[in-house]
Amino acid sequence: MTFINYASREINCKIVYYGPGLCGKTTNLQWIYDKTNPNAKGKLISLATETDRTLFFDFLPLELGTVRGFKTRFHLYTVPGQVFYDASRKLILKGVDGVIFVADSQNERMDANSESIDNLQINLKAQGYDLMAIPYILQLNKRDLPNVATVDEMAKLLRRKGEPVVEAVASKGTGVFETLKGVAKLVLQELTKTG
Amino acid sequence: MAAPDIVMYEEEFNQIKTVISKLRIDANAKVVFLVDKNGQQIAAQGEIENLDTTSLASLTAGNVAATDGLARLIGEKEFSILFHEGERDNIHISIVAQRVILVVIFDERSSLGLVRLRVKKASGELNDVFARIMSKVERERAAAGAAFESPFAEITDDDIDSLFSE
Repeated sequence: MTFINYASREINCKIVYYGPGLCGKTTNLQWIYDKTNPNAKGKLISLATETDRTLFFDFLPLELGTVRGFKTRFHLYTVPGQVFYDASRKLILKGVDGVIFVADSQNERMDANSESIDNLQINLKAQGYDLMAIPYILQLNKRDLPNVATVDEMAKLLRRKGEPVVEAVASKGTGVFETLKGVAKLVLQELTKTG
Repeated sequence: MAAPDIVMYEEEFNQIKTVISKLRIDANAKVVFLVDKNGQQIAAQGEIENLDTTSLASLTAGNVAATDGLARLIGEKEFSILFHEGERDNIHISIVAQRVILVVIFDERSSLGLVRLRVKKASGELNDVFARIMSKVERERAAAGAAFESPFAEITDDDIDSLFSE
């Protein structure tokens, strides 16, 4: 649900990073935070446990620049990936404009990936959205690890609707901005349709 | 799309600013601001120079969402008022027009009773403004009908690419 403010000429969009526990959602946000010009970003807020596992969400506001006279603001959120935080995950999807699914490429995490995408579909539905209709990107993270599934295998297992697939190593920044740019583009394209 | 987009027009935006700045004065508060339930800040008034209002907005929405979840778990529809008491500053949070969060930050120059009283009055006025906004949005959409032209219809791929050209 994009918030368009004609008075201050701003478009605000909400992007949510989804995925199983320890897949690298927070790492994506951390990289974006570290590499973005200080004028273009706000504070990175992490509601995490003492062991740095996301407890409720991470939040990073970004200001990307101006499109047709409107300032574009993106609010990036991550969800807690661990299965038992489902109630919190559901809340964070409220009002989402675009979703990035961060998949863990390690072979042993494939079941967790599938389970998490199914969970995403259920939780989107609970908020009145349809994964098939919402701007959506699949990021295959941790491509640098030795025990990873091939891109084809992962696409076959996890791709739901011909969404763009981006290979990434979030800890080194590979593919991080490409993923964000991909989803931002889809969200803004959506705006040109629905207003 | 699940719910209609919020669209804020100049006229209503000014009315909202008037209501909350009056509330700030009447309640003797430091800061008054409005956030939508998704965490987007709508308007803010008061001593906001040293305040990270974007983070405040997002955390407030998270707080309200979590409290709503708690309410439903025990069979309540919602907790319509939240109050956080600090050593110096306090935060009073209430829901307006079912979809907007009104936040009042105040210190010892005011009191919870005064804030609650003034918030109640301002809430009524804000309800009216938001009802007007929603009916305006619907009216405009209906009038435009199928031919509804998005103000962003002209955004091109080049426009979007240029956002990332750093």
